Amino acid sequence: MSILENKKVIIIGDRDGVPGEAIAECVKTVDSAEVVFSSTECFV
Amino acid sequence: MDLENQKRVKDLTEEHGGENIVVIFGAGEAETAGLAAETVSNGDPTFAGPLAGVSLGLKTFHAIEDEFKTAVDEDVFEEQVGMMEMVLDLDSIKEEMDMIRSNYCQF
Repeated sequence: MSILENKKVIIIGDRDGVPGEAIAECVKTVDSAEVVFSSTECFV
Repeated sequence: MDLENQKRVKDLTEEHGGENIVVIFGAGEAETAGLAAETVSNGDPTFAGPLAGVSLGLKTFHAIEDEFKTAVDEDVFEEQVGMMEMVLDLDSIKEEMDMIRSNYCQF
């Protein structure tokens, strides 16, 4: 079973890694997964 | 991990239940990814934020891990994450995330 199946997904992206928006676009391709929060942190 | 984000994670876990939540990180360094994952599973190691002393035990993955990559559409992954997958230190990140999951994940 996929790790995202029927899950509420919290996304903590990183400006110097993978941004939250990019991760969210991927999660949106899974019908049963729902993004409940997405953020992009910046450690500079 | 950002104190505001810690509060959001805590509130969302109370609302939906930890067993229904997965947290995906995009941190650029293994150490940063590990610290953030530890924060939402074992509690804030710096004892500064709302998750200090709070063990939510949430399941955590990094966006470049195979478990995430194989769960989403291949083309969209390549388009959105593909470039960072080439740049980041995958082995260190995977090792760190594995360690956090095996020590602290409750679900």
